[in-house]
Amino acid sequence: MRATIAAIAVCAATATPAMADLTMVSLTYRTGPYAAGGIPFSDGYADYFTMLNERDGGIGGVPIELLECEFGYATDRGVACYEETVTQGALVYQPLSTGVTVELIRRVQEDEVVLHTMGYGLTAASDGATYPYVFNFPAHYWDGAVAQIAYLKELYGGSLEGKRIMHMHHNSGYGREPIPTLEALAEIEGFELIMMPVDHPGEDQSAIWPVVAEESPDHILLWGWGVMNRVALEGAVEVGYPVDQMMGIWWSAAESDLKPLGDAVEGYRSVTFHAVGDNFAIFNDLNNLVYQRDLARGRMNNIGEALYNRGVAAAIYAAEAIRIAQEIHGVGDVTPPMVRDGYEQLTLDDAAFEALGMEGFTPPMQITCEDHGGGGMVAVAEWNSQQRRWVQITDYYPPDDALIEPQIREASAAFALANEITATGCPSN
Amino acid sequence: MLYREAGDYKTSYTDDAQTFPIKLDRWWYYAVVFVAFCIVPFVLTDYTVNAIMLPFLIFAIAALGLNILTGYCGQVSLGTGGFMAVGAYATYKLMTAFPDLNIFFIVILSGLITAIVGVLFGLPSLRIKGFYLAVATLAAQFFLVWLFNKVPWFYNNSASGQISAPERTIFGQAVTGPNAEPWVAYLFCLIFVFTLAWLTRNLTRGRIGRSWMAIRDMDIAAEIIGVNPLRTKLSAFAVSSFFIGISGSLFFAVYLGAAEVGEAFGIQKSFLVLFMVIIGGLGSIFGAFAGAAFMVLLPVFLKIFFVDTLGWPTDIAAHINFLIAGGLIVFFLIVEPHGLAALWRTVKEKLRLWPFPH
Repeated sequence: MRATIAAIAVCAATATPAMADLTMVSLTYRTGPYAAGGIPFSDGYADYFTMLNERDGGIGGVPIELLECEFGYATDRGVACYEETVTQGALVYQPLSTGVTVELIRRVQEDEVVLHTMGYGLTAASDGATYPYVFNFPAHYWDGAVAQIAYLKELYGGSLEGKRIMHMHHNSGYGREPIPTLEALAEIEGFELIMMPVDHPGEDQSAIWPVVAEESPDHILLWGWGVMNRVALEGAVEVGYPVDQMMGIWWSAAESDLKPLGDAVEGYRSVTFHAVGDNFAIFNDLNNLVYQRDLARGRMNNIGEALYNRGVAAAIYAAEAIRIAQEIHGVGDVTPPMVRDGYEQLTLDDAAFEALGMEGFTPPMQITCEDHGGGGMVAVAEWNSQQRRWVQITDYYPPDDALIEPQIREASAAFALANEITATGCPSN
Repeated sequence: MLYREAGDYKTSYTDDAQTFPIKLDRWWYYAVVFVAFCIVPFVLTDYTVNAIMLPFLIFAIAALGLNILTGYCGQVSLGTGGFMAVGAYATYKLMTAFPDLNIFFIVILSGLITAIVGVLFGLPSLRIKGFYLAVATLAAQFFLVWLFNKVPWFYNNSASGQISAPERTIFGQAVTGPNAEPWVAYLFCLIFVFTLAWLTRNLTRGRIGRSWMAIRDMDIAAEIIGVNPLRTKLSAFAVSSFFIGISGSLFFAVYLGAAEVGEAFGIQKSFLVLFMVIIGGLGSIFGAFAGAAFMVLLPVFLKIFFVDTLGWPTDIAAHINFLIAGGLIVFFLIVEPHGLAALWRTVKEKLRLWPFPH
């Protein structure tokens, strides 16, 4: 009975959707063991939309309303956040959590809302013919794994024969996602792949690092998130494992993980799908219109960091998709299915990035109905502990389509079968 | 005054021993059941079901289960999350292995499988007690989570290691999967909650329940008067795990739809259910419901109050939630160790006597 009254109270409280605004939702995790990753991303995401409201009065003249829903990286609460906000006309979801993504894939197909998982989530979802509402450009996990191995191959003089490479990963859908690709590459390149899963939340790795020291692999691929990254790097320093033989995925490359360790992490490398640094033109606008006016969402201690920039980029993709949707359909107050059309027409070349103030942020990319994964171009960056910043040390590696495409088809079909999703196909043109 | 007991005479032992001996309580109970079954399903939205009703009902089952073990039989358990995982993975394996089997029976079977696992992990309780048993069940928690991560058979070798519930129907209505209507999921869980609460009440006031309480109050004395500790403790573990397995099964299949063992059934779930039992009241069926409602609704109310009403940032509301929940647990342990149920009992006594307190 008590719960019934509560339910009615909640109904009354949440049934007031904002009219004639573009409703955006930010699923945040500013609390819990993954907050170190969640805060900068959500700050960047919020600040960019604030800037658009201040500068242009929103997108196409329609103001943006950003709702935040805190879920603490807990999947069930993330789904509750989705259910709470989807009825209010939310246009795009970017949960920054692979667990929530997998839960939402079926729901967004049902509710016809776009789910954009930028560099995370289900890799197979780049198959747009099967997952019309899911996008994972500009690069996905398998591109990341391919680039990591491609770089290591160069590092070891063109052959990985007989090398021992450890995949140290967050023991979740995220960390397990690249395993099929890495196993296929191990077969092709002839290296030995050693698995080293670290359980959620990854604070306690006291049982991991003695084993690593014993195994002493030639290289470690670090696929961690949140507090796990920091603890892993500290563990490596403690047992004396050379940090320059470790290589992170883009989620294991936050400045806040590296800066406290000082010179000990000099030479740590990571793959990245975008340019690094804080000297983009967009920061002038952000500074004048958001930071100076005291409208920043966060404490402004993370501006220009990789994760903050990624939040800004995620917001840019969403804003551009909405802008295109407004042009296609000729209305300002677009609906979620219209935004999907915008996403599918998204083409960002160098000139477009320059106009947006993020010159050279990612290589040019084009989204089509078949390919929701974008270019898949991945580069390698190295940490410079003197200057306390990332330095890009290689060009962008192109994706290994011959290896990945069949895997995507297979995985997409398997996921669709397990979840009873039928492929809608693409209009042939 | 509020309780008008004038003329409410009992003329038989059956009347006197019924669950709600006071007429007003009984009518109140009928009204709640009627509203829950016949009115609530018509006013539900996706949000109220997913954010409030399903977690409340499912955790109420888990709290009932833990209450049987900890509240009635006195065996502390920190393995609730692990046993919920057993229920969830049993459901997943059964759902994928027998696509034609009705989901209702799958949930029951998952409960039975969890009961067997619970009995196995309950065996040490015959030798170790109190804190040491808590540590042994903690080991069960970690072992089970590790097992479901380690052996790919449990998640059908899926690449992500996640399990996801395919669509299953009852009378043509989808109960699991994305097409499930909120009212169907709600009613499905409500039927389990109603039946299991009824079962708990009747178990705990019968011979089995009395032997559990005898063991709880003083196990040596209970043994002397002829209560078999082996059978009693293991039956408590079995029944408790059966409940928790069903809640894990529903949590995965109906509520989450997809799950990952470390995240969905980690140690924090064990603590959450334990807090529900402590705040609600050890050894009380009403307490299990009150505790579950409290822990599920507290974050929702705090969010409505701080974020929607006062306009505070969401992260501050989330932190305040931690503070309040933690503070309340300490408060209840000191001031009212028997929880909300005992508070309600006191209030009810006062109300029955009011306005003549003597």
